[in-house]
Amino acid sequence: MRVSRRVTGAVLAAGLLVAASCCGGGDDGGEDTPAGGGALKGVKVEVAAKWTGQEEKNFREVLKEFEKKTGATVSYASTGENTDAYLGPRIQAKNPPDVAILPQPGLLKQYAADGALKPLAQDVVAQVDQNFSPYWKNLASADGKTYGVLVKAAYKSIMWYRPQVFSDAGVQPPQTWADLVKAAGTLQDSGTTPLALAAGPQDSWTLTDWFENVYLSQAGPEMYDKLAEHKIKWTDPSVGKALQTLAEIWGKPDLISGGVAQATKTKFDESVTQVFGQEKAAMVYGGDFAAANIATTKAKVGTDAQVFAFPKAGNTAPAMLGGDIAVALKDSKGAMELMKFLASPESGRTWAKLGGYLSPNKNVAPDAYSDPVAKQLIQQLQQAGDAARYDLSDLTPAAFGATPGEGMWEALRAFVQKPSDVKGTQERLESAAAKAYKD
Amino acid sequence: MRQPRGRGEGIAPPSWLALVFLLPALLLLGFLVVYPIVYSVVRSFFDASGDSFVGLDNYVGVFQGHDNLVAVRNTAIWVVLAPTLVTIVGLLFAVLTERVRWATVFKMVVFMPMAISFLASGVIFRLVYEQDPDKGVANAAMVAVHDVFRDQVTYPGAAPRTTNGSPVRAEGGAVVSAQPVAAGQSALVPLLRVKAEDLPEKVRPAARPPAARAGELTGTVWFDFTRGGGGTPNAPDPGESGLPGVTVEAVRDGKVVGKATTAADGTFTIKDLPSGTFTVRVPKDTFTASYRGAEWLGSTLITPAIIGSYLWVWAGFAMVLIAAGLAAIPRDALEAARVDGATEWQVFRRVTIPLLAPVLMVVLVTLVINVLKVFDLVFIIGGGDPNASVLALRMWTESFGGGNDQGAGSAIAVLLFLLVMPAMLFNIRRLRQERR
Repeated sequence: MRVSRRVTGAVLAAGLLVAASCCGGGDDGGEDTPAGGGALKGVKVEVAAKWTGQEEKNFREVLKEFEKKTGATVSYASTGENTDAYLGPRIQAKNPPDVAILPQPGLLKQYAADGALKPLAQDVVAQVDQNFSPYWKNLASADGKTYGVLVKAAYKSIMWYRPQVFSDAGVQPPQTWADLVKAAGTLQDSGTTPLALAAGPQDSWTLTDWFENVYLSQAGPEMYDKLAEHKIKWTDPSVGKALQTLAEIWGKPDLISGGVAQATKTKFDESVTQVFGQEKAAMVYGGDFAAANIATTKAKVGTDAQVFAFPKAGNTAPAMLGGDIAVALKDSKGAMELMKFLASPESGRTWAKLGGYLSPNKNVAPDAYSDPVAKQLIQQLQQAGDAARYDLSDLTPAAFGATPGEGMWEALRAFVQKPSDVKGTQERLESAAAKAYKD
Repeated sequence: MRQPRGRGEGIAPPSWLALVFLLPALLLLGFLVVYPIVYSVVRSFFDASGDSFVGLDNYVGVFQGHDNLVAVRNTAIWVVLAPTLVTIVGLLFAVLTERVRWATVFKMVVFMPMAISFLASGVIFRLVYEQDPDKGVANAAMVAVHDVFRDQVTYPGAAPRTTNGSPVRAEGGAVVSAQPVAAGQSALVPLLRVKAEDLPEKVRPAARPPAARAGELTGTVWFDFTRGGGGTPNAPDPGESGLPGVTVEAVRDGKVVGKATTAADGTFTIKDLPSGTFTVRVPKDTFTASYRGAEWLGSTLITPAIIGSYLWVWAGFAMVLIAAGLAAIPRDALEAARVDGATEWQVFRRVTIPLLAPVLMVVLVTLVINVLKVFDLVFIIGGGDPNASVLALRMWTESFGGGNDQGAGSAIAVLLFLLVMPAMLFNIRRLRQERR
């Protein structure tokens, strides 16, 4: 569910951002001879990814760069929405593509356990070490071997807002959680509902993202990692503290557009429309992919719709990502060369210029990004450095972190309905987690 | 050498030939029906991985845990409520259309939802039940009806400042002056949280209260928020708008002794007041949040709401079947009853219904079978809300929708199969009887 929504979002976002930046690259003329001497001349490489439309087009541009450099011929296959449904049978039939882009780390662990993945070659790992912080390397590793490269990220530590109502109310984008609570109060005094919240059962992932941002900010990355692996229980006081913090906003139905009754039925796209289409609220949570939803309204990204970093609720400025991981499924020379290229800042720069793209690759400078919003986000991300983390709910078993009406989604949705019940929510989270982790 | 011939020789083909002809059908049935059923039953005795035998644990599990119990409860509600309602409504339509001139058109309209897929119906009803009355038809209608009987609230959600130093405070939903005010004095009523859409189109800036003469009490009610921030709190600054149309009361000992309505600039003058002090009050009707309709998709109403959409889809089906049954009723029986002096109600109750009973039973049983497997409507309208869940949906969630436990999913499937069985047997028996 969630993946598909994000994917469509991302696809549209890509289209939008590129339309805005209007073909930054791509017309380099017709020199066909590979600059790199054509070490892979005649080698065929197949890549499978879920991207379609503009996202696919941009990725093909990146692949073209690789072809130019090495002389290999790369073909692209679209996996459709459900990557596992496409790759699973091909792996069983011993006919996998050379390289595949996986939308979740969970899939990487699963394939690695099945022995379907090829560990990265020494020089590729060196490239990864050079460009990525150890956390991202670990994320794409299993049993001490590195299998993947996080090639494309969705940035999830931002809030979208309407600058006009902020200036009408005399409010600055908040830096800290206390600022956010205060700004919400002032916005409310000015007669604007501060917040739209998507707490519908099908899109409660926004609630998990709220929680994760607050938790990462308060408890820090190490505790965050422990919680993701269920090494600490959800009944831990740190979780309670984060919930109490959230209740400072969620616990006041007046701050939420339509009150709790409406928020708990609201889908993500509707929450964005409430702010930028119906103009019923001032701000809304959503990753960079929300740009696609905003594009369906009259509001223009960058002027009528701007972003600020998710407020710090503790000592760490939260920086949270979702993203796609490239893995090699064959040991071919072409596969490893392509992985190396995808791990390099070079591919990142090409991609960044095309728009609709963010990379945790720290050697792709903010200047490389053509889109102003992306530039702002990547600065935030790079400032966070080693404290940046992957979306926690995507690291947990799907039954707990990625199912409508179950686990973390429903526990937090119930918490929106009853924000005084911190303890009960923690117990509910823990019992659902215990069941999903099977311990 | 001739072998002795068996019975039926010459006319009937040998029995092995019959088997040959039946083989393709049997193979198909075996592959597509028998094998899956048997496999599901077997699978339901194993755990999530399918490796270890767990006996009846999966079956016990169906009745354990809050979410599962809600699904069981909802399925029971569905089975009892939905088929009965649909049959009754179908019967009503069928009987009524017999007497309506535009019967065919009417029947067509009622039957039309059957032509729409469940998924599309679900999407339609998601919109119908939308919480926001600006979007959802159901709530829009409720709000419209509600507002006919109740005055429009002027400034819903507006409230006084809560910090110290405010000349007014909230009290039981109303706004009252913090200090008593005497005739000949002025009162300030600064308010916050006034929604832009509630302000009049041409706002006038708030004015200072006019000077009060003897026996008069003056004041200003205004929106104490300067655009862009700043401004002195609790004083009508330039750029702040007056709130017209607000009723202001002077209250002494709980009794209203005088009242006035604010002008465009927010000022008011209460005349003919006795001496002494009063509390200035703006009654709570000015502020109560506007009525937003029912919470259709909330935890209590969600299952009845989805059953409502099911009714919309299936009423036509029931109507057509019952209307066909109705047409087959011998007219002379009805005529005889009427001649004997029965009223229309008695004819309907004592003659039509008993004669229709077999058809009604078939409709009811068919619907029960259908309701047990209801999935699409719940999936789309409920959107995963566990309060709407039914067994068929749990079956999917447990096996594929995140639970990843096909053992538990199979157990629910087998359970549903067992529940459908009596209804199926009943229908088959009926069919046999009819053939005789």
